[in-house]
Amino acid sequence: MTDISTHSLDSPPDLRGSGGKADGAFRGTSYVAGGAVLLVLGLITYTMISRSTDALSHMGLDFFASKRWNPPGEQYGILSYIWGTVFTAFIALCISVPLSLGIALFITQVAPSWLKKTMTYVIDLLAVVPSVVFGLWGVLVLSQNIKGFYGWLSDTFDGIPILGTFFGANPQGRSFFTAGIILAVMITPIVVSLSREVIETTPSFEKEAALALGATRWEMIRGAVLPHSKGGLVGAVMLGLGRAMGETIAVALVIGSATGQITLNALASGNSMPAVITAEWGEADTLKKSALIAMAMTLFVLTIIVNVIATSVVNRSMKKSRGA
Amino acid sequence: MSSALAERPTETPLTAGDLQTHRSWRTTKSHLMVGLMFVAFLVILVPLVAVIGTVVTRGAGVVFRDFPDWFTSEIPVRRRAVGPGMGPAVVGTLLITLFASLLAIPLGILGAVYLHEYGGQSRPAQVIRFLSNVMTGVPSIVMGLFVYVVFTINFGLAGVGGSLALACLMLPVVIRSTEEMLRLVPTHLREASYALGTRKGRTIVSIVLPSALPGVVSGCLLAIARAAGETAPLLFTIGFVTKVNTNLFDGPNTTLSYQIFKNASETLPGPQERGWGAAFTLVAITFLFTVIARLVTASYQKRR
Repeated sequence: MTDISTHSLDSPPDLRGSGGKADGAFRGTSYVAGGAVLLVLGLITYTMISRSTDALSHMGLDFFASKRWNPPGEQYGILSYIWGTVFTAFIALCISVPLSLGIALFITQVAPSWLKKTMTYVIDLLAVVPSVVFGLWGVLVLSQNIKGFYGWLSDTFDGIPILGTFFGANPQGRSFFTAGIILAVMITPIVVSLSREVIETTPSFEKEAALALGATRWEMIRGAVLPHSKGGLVGAVMLGLGRAMGETIAVALVIGSATGQITLNALASGNSMPAVITAEWGEADTLKKSALIAMAMTLFVLTIIVNVIATSVVNRSMKKSRGA
Repeated sequence: MSSALAERPTETPLTAGDLQTHRSWRTTKSHLMVGLMFVAFLVILVPLVAVIGTVVTRGAGVVFRDFPDWFTSEIPVRRRAVGPGMGPAVVGTLLITLFASLLAIPLGILGAVYLHEYGGQSRPAQVIRFLSNVMTGVPSIVMGLFVYVVFTINFGLAGVGGSLALACLMLPVVIRSTEEMLRLVPTHLREASYALGTRKGRTIVSIVLPSALPGVVSGCLLAIARAAGETAPLLFTIGFVTKVNTNLFDGPNTTLSYQIFKNASETLPGPQERGWGAAFTLVAITFLFTVIARLVTASYQKRR
């Protein structure tokens, strides 16, 4: 018999009973399952690279630097689609971040516990609605009814710098801005739930100290909660950004599918990378398919970068606040 | 505030009223900010109510007008046709999601077991944990193209391709939620089991997993609900049919989400109606899964 006292508690003493083989097999299976993540991510990277070389070698750097997307002429420049992806995601963040922060702060710092539960439940409902349903609503209801509002925005801000550019002339129902609104609604539940987790790590003694010094609730939030959770909140917002950039179906339906649009006018139609892939895959020949896969790889790399930064930021802030 | 206090002659003591007037603007500001936070909540309610409201008002009628037919008849071959038929899409959604769950859930749970029970804070476990967090953010359309390249090119359009893509999306979600739940299992349960001479694998299977079960189940149901609503990964992998295809491994298939997407780009009332009907059916299915997940969690918390 082995000496039990020398064993650490997370590996049990081997008392040499039966079942050692089954135990090893179980352990092995779980290792393999853990490796599945590596396998899938590795395979994705490999297939994306190997399948996009045709288009990339055909176009060279122009693939990223040109905005000419002309499949019959075998010209594949995706710059305007990268712009569309980034721009819609940016609009979505502008709308979603203040809302999500407000909701997360209200749920964690203000709401009594019964309201807290209800609000969390309601916000989670948003995450359950499939993106294609948001798309259906966006294209058949929102984009039809919001034209009047866009016209008003465009007229009101006409001639005013910055705002006049942003809400420019010739507003379209299906536009960057409509896509941004839909994306904002879709990423809000994610940003809210992550922000809540981060905010809840604020030690209560810091909040109580602020209140004991006579701070009002808002001063307590500004002085204790926000500084403590700043890093994590940045991470939460970035994860929302990653989601917004990768979202496909809803955007494809409401963005308006206009090629070559690189403009700051949020009310113009445009296109985004995932939306183009969705719309043009059906009739694509080999080279175009390669170009579309190269576009997907660009999207993959962009979202991976955003997610890696976001995940490390969140991890670090969580670790710091746990004091581990 | 401090400067105002300093100007006051020291011999007159402060009264409660003085403090009140100094505080009033700060209190008002605080109330104002809290009010704004609540307004943010109301603002986000608008699209939620609008979307669900429209789906119910325009979709429920379509589904219940042709009640049994909606779920049994085929999708009209002529797209412009008016009338029911989402049977193949309902069957396709359920089968494809079911098979995706069969692939992703066992793998995901085992992966989480590795991460929490075996890997712990070791280097490889940390890497896998990090990557599975990153993997949750991989756009679903990328998963679709990936499965297209490794599967569909070689084996053709089939439901199983869709299942593979959905499984890739579900895997990191299941791993994450399961690991969260394993973390909640108290260490003394494991130690008690070890003390009885039970091996580690046995302990995990008969002690750790059962006590984490309700949380794991609820996490998996949420993952299923999300997968059932996915569209982008299916566009390249399952193709399109108008008849029921119960064989995932042979021939194209279709799902509710795909049908919604197709009908959303139509301008005629017939297909649009079917789009809303399909949306109502899909939302009902995903909500059902979510509600069951909630009930499982709630019953578990009550039992505790």
